Amino acid sequence: MQNEGRQVVIPGQILGETSGMRPGRGTFVENKKIYAERLGVLNIQDKFVHIIPLRGRYDPIVGDFVIGVVEEAATSNWMVDINAPYPALLHVHEVPWEIEFADTEKYLNTGDTILAKILSVDESKKLQITLNDRNLFKLKGGHLIEFEPSVYRRIMGKKYSMIENIQKYTRCRIKVGKNGRIWIDGDADGIEKVLAAISMIEKEAITFGLTNRIEEFLKKDAKDDVR
Amino acid sequence: MMKSDVELITSEGKRLDGRSPHDLRKIKIEAGVLHRADGSCYLEWGGNKVLAAVYGPREAVPRHTQNPLRAIVQARYNMAAFSVEDRKRPGPDRRSVEISKVISEALEKVILTEQFPRASIDVNIEVLDAEAGTRCAGLTAAAVALVDAGIPMRDIPVACAAGKIGGQVVLDLGKEEDNLGDADLPIAISPRTGDVLLLQMDGHLTVDEFNQAFDLALKGCHIVSELQKNAIMQKYQSVAAEV
Repeated sequence: MQNEGRQVVIPGQILGETSGMRPGRGTFVENKKIYAERLGVLNIQDKFVHIIPLRGRYDPIVGDFVIGVVEEAATSNWMVDINAPYPALLHVHEVPWEIEFADTEKYLNTGDTILAKILSVDESKKLQITLNDRNLFKLKGGHLIEFEPSVYRRIMGKKYSMIENIQKYTRCRIKVGKNGRIWIDGDADGIEKVLAAISMIEKEAITFGLTNRIEEFLKKDAKDDVR
Repeated sequence: MMKSDVELITSEGKRLDGRSPHDLRKIKIEAGVLHRADGSCYLEWGGNKVLAAVYGPREAVPRHTQNPLRAIVQARYNMAAFSVEDRKRPGPDRRSVEISKVISEALEKVILTEQFPRASIDVNIEVLDAEAGTRCAGLTAAAVALVDAGIPMRDIPVACAAGKIGGQVVLDLGKEEDNLGDADLPIAISPRTGDVLLLQMDGHLTVDEFNQAFDLALKGCHIVSELQKNAIMQKYQSVAAEV
């Protein structure tokens, strides 16, 4: 999966020709040549050229799990901020509760945090989210922190190894949204440790062997706790 | 032609600050200097000090400014009160409104705005210290800040000026050269394609001189473009090189 280190590319950089490769996410084609359209790390898989972004806003994709904050409760829907360029609409049909007309505020109100799923993204980027699925619910209490959405995959780790480690060593409940938000519930020390680990991951997102280093870091702190 | 006591360029082609006609001033670019902005850049170009910050894409407000098909680019060029001698009256004036507009339009041409319908991409350019050529410095900084913000673009735009002093076409005018010289020609290009994104002229040039100045500015742009790319790479490659 990892091919000869990680090459950082910048917008307008030429990546190849359409004859031998196919353009993927984060690229554009001009005169049969493939160029990078944004800052990121080059990733070539099965002749497909992708760019894994290093920076930038969360780009919503149908099916993503996201953490949203309710901005406004209307009579038959809520507007939810999901850290994307646009607010998302949550309709009363998309929640697991029976809601009488104009009773929305009783269930979700401004400032409430929810774990939701992207239901649809239309052409003009109008977003809809849903709570009608397993493991989707309102998050009560806890802390909400934000991170660079592009490092989501590093925070989860291979087969969730990273996030499982963090959970194991800090004894916190953690939910990670693809939109660059993490919800943490636990004791103050645990939360602090999670924060430190996340900022470490963010800083060293494009280095190798990160999972091991984070584990070491968490272990060290865990020992201090025993003492 | 303007008469002045100062000899801006000697017969040997030496300028006031010791540069030769084809030399740029010293340029320093640093990407990602602000934590709150989505992307940022600090740039020093001779005596110019410019800070650029990018926000967005985010929903454009007020709503009537939204374009249902693409994002709008709103650059705001602003000079600090202490950026010039005798304190500049703060707030937008005719000059900065014009520069904001031409920079917005130049950046709009390279940003893939169709990916973000109804959104706005806001670019704030703050001139902290001014010494001729602030619009070029501002645009160059804004371009790096946009890359730092992860905004999809066709290319990294870059700007540079050429001009005429003491009857001779030179690159990148300094303060005295701008004030006392004959003409100033700032341009911005997309270095990959060579497309011109901005072209303004102040003063008088013959067609020949114009072509000469244009070619010179074009060369300057390509030099600055390399510095921009290095600045971005330095910021992001360093993390990859650590291990």
